[in-house]
Amino acid sequence: MAVVPKFVGERIKRREDPRLITGQATYVDDLKLVGMLSMVVVRSPHAHARLKAVRLDKARRAPGVVAVLSAEEIEGQIGTLPCGAPATHVPVHPVLAKGKVRFVGEPVAVVVADSVYRAQDAAELVEVDYEPLPAVIDMEKALSPGAPLVHEEFGTNLCHKVETPTAPFEEAALKADKVIEFRLVNQRLIPTPMEPRAAAAKWDAGMGQLTLWSSTQIPHMLRSLLCGMLQLGESKMRVIAPEVGGGFGCKLNVYPEEALVGYLARKLNRPVKWAGRRREDMAATTHGRDHVTYVKIAAKRDGTVLGVHGHFICGMGAYLHLLTPLVPGLSTLMMTGCYKIGAASFTEEMVFTNKMATDAYRGAGRPEATYMIERVMDMVASEFGLDPAEVRRKNFIPKDAFPYTTATGLVYDSGNYEPALDKALALADYRKLRAEQAAARKQGRYIGIGVSTYVEICGIGPSAILPMGRGWESGTVRVEPDCKITVLTGSSPHGQGEETSFAQLAADAFGINIDDVTVIHGDTAIVQYGIGTFGSRTLALGGAALMMSVEKVQAKMRKIASTMMEVPPEQLVFHQGTIALASDHSKAIPMAQVVEAAYGYKQPIAGVEPGLTETSFYEPVNCTYPFGTHIAVVEVDVATGQVKFLRYVAVDDCGRVINPLLVEGQVQGGIAQSIGQALYEEAVYDEQSGQLLSGTLMDYALPKADVLPHFELAGTVTPSPHNPLGVKGIGEAGTIGATPCVVNAVVDALAPFGIRHLDMPLKPEKIWRAVKAAQAKA
Amino acid sequence: MYPGAFEYHRADSVAQALSLLGRFGEQAKLLAGGQSLLPMMKLRLAEPRHLIDIGGIAGLDAINEQGGRIRIGALARHDAVASSDLLRRRLPLLAECAAEIGDLQVRNMGTLGGSLVHADPGADYPAAVLALEGEIVVEGPGGRRTLKAEQFFLDLMTTALKPAEMLVEVNFAPLSARTGGAYVKHRQPASGFALVGVAAVVGLNQGGAVERCRVGVTGLAAAPFRALAVEQALTGKTPDARSLADAASHAADGKDALSDIHASADFRAELARVHTQRALEKAVERAR
Ligand SMILES: Cc1cc2nc3c(=O)[nH]c(=O)nc-3n(C[C@H](O)[C@H](O)[C@H](O)COP(=O)(O)OP(=O)(O)OC[C@H]3O[C@@H](n4cnc5c(N)ncnc54)[C@H](O)[C@@H]3O)c2cc1C
Repeated sequence: MAVVPKFVGERIKRREDPRLITGQATYVDDLKLVGMLSMVVVRSPHAHARLKAVRLDKARRAPGVVAVLSAEEIEGQIGTLPCGAPATHVPVHPVLAKGKVRFVGEPVAVVVADSVYRAQDAAELVEVDYEPLPAVIDMEKALSPGAPLVHEEFGTNLCHKVETPTAPFEEAALKADKVIEFRLVNQRLIPTPMEPRAAAAKWDAGMGQLTLWSSTQIPHMLRSLLCGMLQLGESKMRVIAPEVGGGFGCKLNVYPEEALVGYLARKLNRPVKWAGRRREDMAATTHGRDHVTYVKIAAKRDGTVLGVHGHFICGMGAYLHLLTPLVPGLSTLMMTGCYKIGAASFTEEMVFTNKMATDAYRGAGRPEATYMIERVMDMVASEFGLDPAEVRRKNFIPKDAFPYTTATGLVYDSGNYEPALDKALALADYRKLRAEQAAARKQGRYIGIGVSTYVEICGIGPSAILPMGRGWESGTVRVEPDCKITVLTGSSPHGQGEETSFAQLAADAFGINIDDVTVIHGDTAIVQYGIGTFGSRTLALGGAALMMSVEKVQAKMRKIASTMMEVPPEQLVFHQGTIALASDHSKAIPMAQVVEAAYGYKQPIAGVEPGLTETSFYEPVNCTYPFGTHIAVVEVDVATGQVKFLRYVAVDDCGRVINPLLVEGQVQGGIAQSIGQALYEEAVYDEQSGQLLSGTLMDYALPKADVLPHFELAGTVTPSPHNPLGVKGIGEAGTIGATPCVVNAVVDALAPFGIRHLDMPLKPEKIWRAVKAAQAKA
Repeated sequence: MYPGAFEYHRADSVAQALSLLGRFGEQAKLLAGGQSLLPMMKLRLAEPRHLIDIGGIAGLDAINEQGGRIRIGALARHDAVASSDLLRRRLPLLAECAAEIGDLQVRNMGTLGGSLVHADPGADYPAAVLALEGEIVVEGPGGRRTLKAEQFFLDLMTTALKPAEMLVEVNFAPLSARTGGAYVKHRQPASGFALVGVAAVVGLNQGGAVERCRVGVTGLAAAPFRALAVEQALTGKTPDARSLADAASHAADGKDALSDIHASADFRAELARVHTQRALEKAVERAR
């Protein structure tokens, strides 16, 4: 018999890819059900306006139209959209605008017709009388007296404010050689997954049951939340997340269209589908970031950072989506980064503006924190003429200080930051790079070297620290009668590759081939309640739940085998498709025999029920804290402001690695998105009209392959001490570590001009202007 | 992303296309590669009731040399221009410019005629067609007429083509000896169109002085243009760092530069100067 190889730790290709790249995957928009209707949403063209009248008659008379609804028609029938995090002012968030519209793209009416073309034609016949109101776009202006109010009832645009005592920082400032202050902007971004949002629903009148398909990251949570909005019992709704073409956090939410297709399918007793077009997806799917931060750093001449204070102004947009006011809190928690900084304090102001709501976007809060503290480290280095890598080393939390409690109250589980820094410096040949940089400057070439050392927070738990709880994850393992294994995970992967990594884990645990494991997710009627895929949690939590179930099933199989083999169960192991004596693998029985005993059950075994299915729920004791060092080398063409990458080195430590290929994929994608933020992307709203000027992919610049560097990737391994698999999470690390790294590199390139900071995105014009201004001064 | 209703007609010849155009008038649009028209229709920025597909007209994509001119049919796809042996030998600037357009899918579908008629202010081709002094041949109810490139581009997405006419060919004189051309482009990072694109043709005399200089600029203003001040400044000069920089400094003279979220008017003007200098440098190098 062929020897079954080991899978964990190997570069196993993603099992999901063949169907994805050959067009055999089924996304929501691929669904075709008999009698299916199409829904099109009529959206506000105004950022802020009173809704005087919404006239639907013409649209109703258009060919093929089955229903046209505005807020009035659904009054009292669909609940408001939920916000799952506390805030002082939580506005009513209707699925269709009532009384006022508050951002461009806000749903005002929906048209349902027998084809999407006719629905679109009829949508143009919906007549809405708007009375435009002045819009407030800039966050800081929104806080000034007399600014237009997004929600009059609150009397302010300040949604929520948190302040911590500043005394520790002030004390640190007294001991410091210098207090450095600066302002930085973390611009608003549009997540832009490949697949725009989409939802479809079908009502089974006989069963009184609704099936809802959604391009979501959280099928079970979505079911719970939609059941509340639609007044349905949870057992009367089935949510299916079919193939989901990326999410990046923006599909970790509940949206109007999901509630509307559910409501309409039931009301019309016909299946209804809505598939967002790119433009509406960009305008009306949650955005990310949108922070302005005023930083103060108390530092000593030798580079020691004694204290940091941040005044964070965070854009909420017009409404609060599921986690809108939660995300900024992650920034303040992580504001000291991987450094031993004794004093940290902050003021955080969350602000309403006439823009789309923000919410989680790859990294969610940690990129903002990391950007701030990593710019701080470079500021300190340039202030005192120190090497930026050495300033970081000096401030690192030492490796013997773990578990380490930060000034903001987090407990970092494990870390060993210096080896990652050293490895990255060695890979990049940092000293030589600095020499090359100096030589290039003499020739009038502007090369910059950026370093960033990050730590981030993954697998967030325990449940008690989350406003909605639910910090756990579930996993079921079923050994099927044919001896093949089915894994049901409560996570909902949508591009991360857990159909591969979970299968690797299960295959190795049972000593069988990976092809004999099937991973199922994303269907609430099939999979036990689970939480979903976000916050780099899936392997750490879902993987842990899976392994708990593996152990339970294996315990049962050992018990069965022990009666069959007449040896104690503790002496049995799973080996090459058999259950064998640990001390002598040749004394074994095929797994299939044990499986048959469990299913056939012709000879009942005392204390063992028939069947081989076990379910577990894993509740973490703490978060995990992966970390790493990134180094970017860029060259700036100062005549045109163009930035070109020369090198990109990343050393990431995500604990134990189950599949290096998947880790690299996540790191590469994350860095690409970081480069997007650092150099290209920005959700631009017109200051006056509130129009989204970067509302198409012809204007919103995603980085393409031709602008990305060759990634030189490596890692160190510092397992999480509390996670059963020792894993930490890698889904967001790239987006967290790379953004400041790239900005640091560009600013470093411009150091000869005396430029110490530039705000993202570092577009050519911005660089050109800064250089020109510097040259004019000189 | 769902266009309004339209009727589809397939034209098999230029005559048939013109007759359909005549019949449906303002309600009709010609469809070539669809790389500009279809996106506009999907956004409902264009809602023609009749689409006349000229994409299958036989022979209208030919690229050849005839009667001392290099002739390119209106339907020549960007990729065919970029990879044509004839053009790479005889008119490398045009091939170089075509290779800079969009991505491979766009280049496989988009056509020279469509790009010129659509006249997007950031389109690449116009710069090269201006610098190469192309002649644009159009056909209409009244027969054929030939326009100089400079007469063709009037304003933002506006050309001298009349509603009942169709562009059928663009032709050029091949570059003579001791002449070089280059196209240099600063991409708008989202669309890939030219924020500013400059095509330069420089011919040198025996003594190494500039005998002929032609510069086409796209992206800077509502319509692409010949930078005459640059051409005049360089003609007769021996090209060196100084004379090239001097000449290039006139690239935006007298033009109202466009301004949008990607670049202000100031910056576009600066890009025009910088890229004019770079295009001239390359062209000179190739002429030598
Ligand atoms: C993703 C993307 C990226 C792009 N990037 C670039 C870029 O970097 N640089 C660039 O220059 N362009 C770019 N383009 C535009 C592209 O070059 C188009 O192909 C070109 O602008 C239009 O050519 P077409 O054959 O596709 O014309 P169509 O879209 O079919 O037609 C365009 C217009 O021209 C008219 N028309 C077409 N042919 C004729 C004719 N023979 N006579 C009269 N009227 C005619 C049509 O009626 C229509 O009004 C891009 C397009 C896309 C979709």
